[in-house]
Amino acid sequence: MTDIMPPGLALKKVDERIMTLNVGPQHPGSGHMRIVVQIDGDYIVACDPDPGYVHRGEEKMAEYRNYITNVPHLERPVIHDSCNVLYPYVLGAEEILGIEVPERAKYVRVICSELNRCIYTMYWLAIYGIFLGHSTMFMWPAGDRELLIDLMEKVSGARVTHAHFIPGGVRNDLPANFEDVCLRQVNYFEKRIKEYAAVFYDNPILISRTRDTGVLSRENAIRYGVTGSVLRASGVDYDLRVKAPYDVYDELDIHTNVMKEGDSYARSRIPWLDMIESCNIIRQALQKMPKSGSVRAKLKPNPKTKGPATVYKRVESGRGSLGCYIVSDGKPEPYRVKMSVPSFRNLLALPNLLIGEKLGNMPSVYWSLNYWPVEADR
Amino acid sequence: MSSESEKPAAEAKPEEKPTPPKPAPKPAAKAEEKPVELPAFEKGISDKLVEKFGDKVEVNFVKEDRIGIKTSRENVHDVAQFIRDDLHYDHAESVSGVDFPADNEIEVVYHLGSYTESSLAKQILTLSTRAPRETNPIPGQDSTKLPSLRDVFYSVEFGEREVFEMLGVFFDGHPDNRRLLLPEDWADLPPLRKDFAIKGR
Repeated sequence: MTDIMPPGLALKKVDERIMTLNVGPQHPGSGHMRIVVQIDGDYIVACDPDPGYVHRGEEKMAEYRNYITNVPHLERPVIHDSCNVLYPYVLGAEEILGIEVPERAKYVRVICSELNRCIYTMYWLAIYGIFLGHSTMFMWPAGDRELLIDLMEKVSGARVTHAHFIPGGVRNDLPANFEDVCLRQVNYFEKRIKEYAAVFYDNPILISRTRDTGVLSRENAIRYGVTGSVLRASGVDYDLRVKAPYDVYDELDIHTNVMKEGDSYARSRIPWLDMIESCNIIRQALQKMPKSGSVRAKLKPNPKTKGPATVYKRVESGRGSLGCYIVSDGKPEPYRVKMSVPSFRNLLALPNLLIGEKLGNMPSVYWSLNYWPVEADR
Repeated sequence: MSSESEKPAAEAKPEEKPTPPKPAPKPAAKAEEKPVELPAFEKGISDKLVEKFGDKVEVNFVKEDRIGIKTSRENVHDVAQFIRDDLHYDHAESVSGVDFPADNEIEVVYHLGSYTESSLAKQILTLSTRAPRETNPIPGQDSTKLPSLRDVFYSVEFGEREVFEMLGVFFDGHPDNRRLLLPEDWADLPPLRKDFAIKGR
């Protein structure tokens, strides 16, 4: 059962008992993604994910704008996690343009990145809750994430698409008195999300719907190259913030959450544990951050590159490892920008998790992959 | 460096002073790059590859945490197998296609990483290879073909499907070369090729 047929070949099987079902796009079970499943009675026997639905050509558009003007539109694939999705591109552009980032800007970036991770994860948790029929878990996270959205609004002026990270630092310095407000909000936020354990994670109905469904073994997790919470739920201790730290993550003390079960329950619990860890990181960063100094290297509107180069940078986002491959031919515009996104990589595991499951378990398995459809479709 | 070049631009805009000093930094920067010491661990990995394959692989760059290897399409499968079995890289992070119309070639770049080997956790090995490029492509039925690495790295499956769709590179041996992201009635050039221009540009 470990080596399952590729989805395309599996779909060619013809049997009169087997029914083909299109789940989505715009279906409660799949979001804006189409999953073609074949069912034998109640059980899924084949699955073919079709992520393409809202393709907007981000990578092509990036070839027509310079390194600075690419910033506001490259964050669009995941608007709720816009700081993180832009992060690898910004790191890569800094290497290509040869810019040094001020120390304070690195801490501001870490704080914004962790706030965005929580904002994204709360949104995902709300969706996960409502698809399992748990209305409280839809309303609580949707309300509590407002706390952090307000914080990000104070920092960048925008509620979702911040365009705050730019090559050379961040766009604006933190507002006056931000440290105190941030500390207070984050402390309350952490206390609040710890209450979710009683109402959601210890809920017998949730446990019965997620325990031992969609089990991904450690070997298969490595083989499929999945990333983020999906990987760590299968027992692989790999977090880029610890293993390959960028900016100032190597100066912070970070605990990696790992679970061994590899089932939907573990995959849904890891992001929640990560949010508590994010609160710790924000508190550490606020303490260690230089109290004054520049947050932005001086930069021209159309900066010069240092000549032909290729860069591959990666960061750990709310969903997993985000990579950005930039090819520069020395012109002001990038020659090619390729985003390697966690949703696209985790999708490879989906057919193999769903085969053998009941159709009714599909939402709990599919949403536990921490999947953001628009990101896979770029 | 940036503060020096920024000052005249801000102060002396109407006099157009910034134009003459601009070409100067270019040769200076190139001359500085040469005596950089190569990081030892990364050098060791690239040496192993060169020792095994000799002229068949070309080392593009050896930087901290990153190694770039280039090879021909005949050897890419063997090189990938060696990278997996002997160097212990176990998964592909991404598969990217880059179009080079000037060379009449399309480059496919695999970024390989390792979850199991702790010493490689920071490392990214960039394996690139090139396929011939056709001016009037018929995706799947022209000479733009490469051997698939799906049987070596399972994780390239969707990545290779995406490159096939976006640049028209057919992967021999891939079990499932189908469309992934574009609309079902797409009948234009593969969109990430350089001769595909977006509207209004």
